[in-house]
Amino acid sequence: MSITDWFRAREDKRYTPVNGAGPKADVPEGVWTTCDSCKRIIYEGELAASMRVCPYCGHHFPVPAHERIAQLVDEGSLEEFGAGITSSDPLEFVAAKSYVQSVSSAKEKSGLEEAVVTGRATIGGHPVIVAVMDFSFVGASMGSAVGEKITRAFEIAVSERRGIVFAIASGGARMQEGMLSLMQMAKTAAAAKRYRAEGLPYIAVLTNPTTGGVTASFATLADIIFAEPGALVGFAGPRLVEQATRQKLPKDFQSAEFLLDHGLVDDVVARGGLRERVSLVLDYLMRPGGAA
Amino acid sequence: MEFERPLFELEDKLDQLKRMDVAVNPEIAAEVEDLEQQLEQLRKETYEQIGPWERVQISRHPERPKTQDYVATLFTDVVELHGDRLFGDDEAILAALATMLGRRVVVLGHRKGKTTKENVARNFGSPHPEGYRKAMRAMRLAERFGLPVVAFLDTAGAYPGIEAEQRGQAWAIAESLSLLADLPVPVVVVGIGEGGSGGALAIGFGDRLIMLENAYYSVISPEMCAMILHKEASRAAEAAGCLRLTAADLIDFGIADEIVGEPLEGAHVDPEPVIAAVGERIRAALDALGEVDPQTLTQKRYERLRAIGVFEEGAG
Ligand SMILES: [Zn+2]
Repeated sequence: MSITDWFRAREDKRYTPVNGAGPKADVPEGVWTTCDSCKRIIYEGELAASMRVCPYCGHHFPVPAHERIAQLVDEGSLEEFGAGITSSDPLEFVAAKSYVQSVSSAKEKSGLEEAVVTGRATIGGHPVIVAVMDFSFVGASMGSAVGEKITRAFEIAVSERRGIVFAIASGGARMQEGMLSLMQMAKTAAAAKRYRAEGLPYIAVLTNPTTGGVTASFATLADIIFAEPGALVGFAGPRLVEQATRQKLPKDFQSAEFLLDHGLVDDVVARGGLRERVSLVLDYLMRPGGAA
Repeated sequence: MEFERPLFELEDKLDQLKRMDVAVNPEIAAEVEDLEQQLEQLRKETYEQIGPWERVQISRHPERPKTQDYVATLFTDVVELHGDRLFGDDEAILAALATMLGRRVVVLGHRKGKTTKENVARNFGSPHPEGYRKAMRAMRLAERFGLPVVAFLDTAGAYPGIEAEQRGQAWAIAESLSLLADLPVPVVVVGIGEGGSGGALAIGFGDRLIMLENAYYSVISPEMCAMILHKEASRAAEAAGCLRLTAADLIDFGIADEIVGEPLEGAHVDPEPVIAAVGERIRAALDALGEVDPQTLTQKRYERLRAIGVFEEGAG
């Protein structure tokens, strides 16, 4: 090792962020993004390196599913399952835009087959099942396919005695699958209930936004609920609440901080510290090696 | 209801005609006869072509039999349970101990009012979290004392209010789903009117789902669906069709088990036989489920839920 190499290695170590920055995303050079919150212009590469948190104001941007997984799990530990599960069109739902069209354009845009990615992984060495929802896929709404993948996640975690860590975002039950979507709330809640009986931990990370039928089912049945700063989380969306009540909404209504104030989440955790915090909770709630 | 307006207009005309003096205007008799024929034809057409949107309107009819009508008729020795022991009592949800022909049960139901005053007190049947928490308290009683649960669904949805959100509407609904999922007693659910989304589902699934012919059950209201799709609530009729929310649709999807028929115009024109028929179906369901041991019961309930959903699965 030359002196310069040695220096470089030292520099690399010194500048490795404590919580791990996650892998660098493939972003073309020269792409700039305007922060929704502080309106400053951020270089895409910088945003990807900062886990998609605005370096100026701390605003948390949405994270694509696979990037989120890389931020959360031990490097290279993901083994995806249920990747072939995708929506069909049981209601033959055709309105302004057909459901089939919505799904196929979501697939193209996101590179995903469904709004949730599920898999086995380890976090801090603990065997877990992860599920990560991607809002860019039909608003990460829950139809039959998402419901099935989440249900399998709970079932596999039971049979393999794994912890569960879900990073959740959702616009709610998927309207275009009608009652089949609504019933996924009961189905995932039932699977979560069976898991709960096993003495294994379920950690939910609620991200922006998490609303409707997902909030009102498996998402809030977790043992530990964290929310990302500024995330909107609730049952009815703020516009609906405003319409129904004709009242001015309180400041920060349904924000993660609002939920914390009202005793609904365990803590608000910034993305940079999330992996470490989740790992620490798993240390408390899981026995070494996953045996319970 | 909107779709009945032409019918009512014709009835009005006929009434006026009948009040006129036949001795003075002898041609009236023929006219009356003609109108009566027209009316009969129109009545047939109106109710024969009844679609999902018309059913939604019938399900919301102010005079439609409500949870309290079923409870008053089908049950005796009713002991109502108030409050969630945490925050307050939500009148939009009924919880009670009650007896049905010698069988002791826990009754739950969304409770709409019939008068404006009642409806204000009951928030038009849209519960707050404390309503669901009261229902959960009653479910736990049912579990501890081995009482079956009978639940009546009739809500436009859980209330989308500021305080409801502050007190954890979503959390309350989720916990209620969780509790119902493996409650080790028979759970019989009857859709009697509106089945509005998560707010209905919170007490709305179990071992049997009996639907009235004009009751609906939907992931979203037709009006809100129309707003999302077309930015106008007035296209709700169209949306009601897209959503597949009728009792018959629910049978097709394997979600509901049976349908109780109603008079052509809806249950409100002749409630007694409808209520009696519902009672008959509840009794039959409780008889059948009473034979099943709790472990098999909850296993079957899980399998029933597990089977709901339509998706594709390729390699991956
Ligand atoms: Zn910013």
